[in-house]
Amino acid sequence: MLWACILLPQLALDGVLRRRPPSDEPLVLVSGPAQGRIVHAANAAARAAGIYRGQRLTAAQALLPSFAMIEHDVGDESHWHRLLAAWAYRYSGDVGLLPHAVVLEVSRSLNLFGPWPRFESLLREDLAGLGFRHRIALAPTPQAAYVLSGVEDGMAVMDVPKLRGALSFIDVARARLPEGAAASLQSMGIRTLAQLLALPRAGLQRRFGGELVAHIDRLLGDEPSPMESYRPPDTFDQRMEWTHEIEHVEALMFPLRRLTGDLSAYLAGRDGGVQRFELLLEHRDAPPTRVSVGMLAAAREASLLFDCARGRLERVELPQPVVAMRLLAPDLPPFVPAGRDLFDARPANAMPLDQLRERLRSRLGEQAIQHLRRTVDPRPERAQTSAAHAKEAPRREGLPRPTWLLDTPRPWRGPPPELLAGPERIETGWWDGGEIRRDYYVARTAHGQYAWIFGAPGEQGAWMLHGWFA
Amino acid sequence: MGQVVALDSLFHSRQVWHGRAAPLPGSSEPTGWPMLDAALPTGGWPEHAMTEILLPADGVGELQLLLPTLARMTQAKRHVMVIAPPYVPCVAGWEARGVVMGQVDIVQAADRDVLWAAEQCLRSGSCAAVLAWPMHADDRALRRLQVAADTGKALAFVFRDRRHVAHASPAALRLELEGEPSPRVHVRKCRGGNPPAQAIALAAGWS
Repeated sequence: MLWACILLPQLALDGVLRRRPPSDEPLVLVSGPAQGRIVHAANAAARAAGIYRGQRLTAAQALLPSFAMIEHDVGDESHWHRLLAAWAYRYSGDVGLLPHAVVLEVSRSLNLFGPWPRFESLLREDLAGLGFRHRIALAPTPQAAYVLSGVEDGMAVMDVPKLRGALSFIDVARARLPEGAAASLQSMGIRTLAQLLALPRAGLQRRFGGELVAHIDRLLGDEPSPMESYRPPDTFDQRMEWTHEIEHVEALMFPLRRLTGDLSAYLAGRDGGVQRFELLLEHRDAPPTRVSVGMLAAAREASLLFDCARGRLERVELPQPVVAMRLLAPDLPPFVPAGRDLFDARPANAMPLDQLRERLRSRLGEQAIQHLRRTVDPRPERAQTSAAHAKEAPRREGLPRPTWLLDTPRPWRGPPPELLAGPERIETGWWDGGEIRRDYYVARTAHGQYAWIFGAPGEQGAWMLHGWFA
Repeated sequence: MGQVVALDSLFHSRQVWHGRAAPLPGSSEPTGWPMLDAALPTGGWPEHAMTEILLPADGVGELQLLLPTLARMTQAKRHVMVIAPPYVPCVAGWEARGVVMGQVDIVQAADRDVLWAAEQCLRSGSCAAVLAWPMHADDRALRRLQVAADTGKALAFVFRDRRHVAHASPAALRLELEGEPSPRVHVRKCRGGNPPAQAIALAAGWS
């Protein structure tokens, strides 16, 4: 077994930072009771001014006259934690959640994603794209990986014999030992894990109880670590909230890109797709504006999801400024990737046809793209349909049919046409009340156009134009 | 200056090299009309470029001109986009000329979106041909289509009214259709050669 641990040192702060466009403005997360507010986290600009975690808010305000202040939300933090677990699920079936960290079993994933250095760079690339700062370590046990990631970024210990050596220099205070044990050990003069591991087990058991010994066993892999495997939920629901109000749709594009990107990462993790999802734009005092986004087929590519959502969102008129946006995808059908030919002659940067259709539909409307097909009905008005479920009819040969058809026949204006062929009598439709009785002719107009016209049987006066032989 | 040398004598004494235009590569997109192919410098539609078709009225043979090409493309499972056609394409008529309607997407677009849609389709690289009927297209818009056709390696066909013939156009090929006295097509401009003087006869649309 090999476990990779991804430590997320600034989970809460990253969760806040990623929903606003990048800026150098100092930003601070605050927590604690109203009387004694303290700084929970500070971004780089705020830290440069001397603000640090755990500082009193009044002291921070004395250091820096103005900074953005956001209430720390524990629920929000755990939400991001779960999102990252869903993302990690893409790389391994065994994903566990530890405080501020995600661990995943990677020994089998290495077969698929390549040796550890390559795999590690894949993970880092993804995390950087999602906007989370991270430290990664690899070790044969999840506990050891967790400890190593807290000490040094990028450390990798591949087998159990080397683990003891790698752990030996680590300070007991940073070894994530059970509550209280580290302080007692330090007061006993035990500074590093090497010293701790050299102590007799029986003595440790007597002094600290079974918990510390069991912890050491799990750390070294002598005993398996109980860990609840993460299971991704079957729906996707994510919300982003701002401290300011957004009045223009254009300003929603940045958070939208994040949301669709998260959805895409989540879908890739569960090897699923999404066909329709809903965006809820929340307002201060009005019911939320709902924008539903539908696609022709299940998809999961981030750029496609963003394109579709943007097309729909751009046409929305906001009744009020938006304070939060929520993306809901209750139904996640399986995703079938489109097959492409090995010897495809199309340009390499070609956009798949489905994506093109989605883009057109999102701007021109849901019904903008039609496919016409024949029906069994002989009446020219109903001989073709754009309905998707229509049955394909056999082809009839021989009779002249125009290439342009008028939606509804219109009276013929101008000088009488010169008849070239006909009549073809169409007398049908008695079964549903839409009965027609017409004699169709091919005629030539004075401008040299060829027309498909009809009149009442036996009469050659009141012509109706029904199509063009263009 | 001042000294006049007859061109002929220069050529005869072989002091001047007489350059010749490099032969154009043949087009892999024949029009399906042998007479028209013979009149065009590449022997077919200009590849990855825009063709402008100027009409005196709708229904004078504009589809007749294109349907052989569309039939060849759709039978080879290549995709064709028809954007904002003036009438509904009649399935029976198109199929009678060999077009596979399953490969034809008909896009309904408002006037102001026609050029945008055409550009998206051309640029995507997944369509073999794009037919568009823009109402208001200026030189700039057409140039964009020409560039998009080049990017997406597709054929663009733009149908416009005949009165635009006097205006310059970035199209690689400009054809003017005439219905009277018989269906004919005039080549008004063709990249890589001089337009032929005579009109080329087309078969009547209904036969």
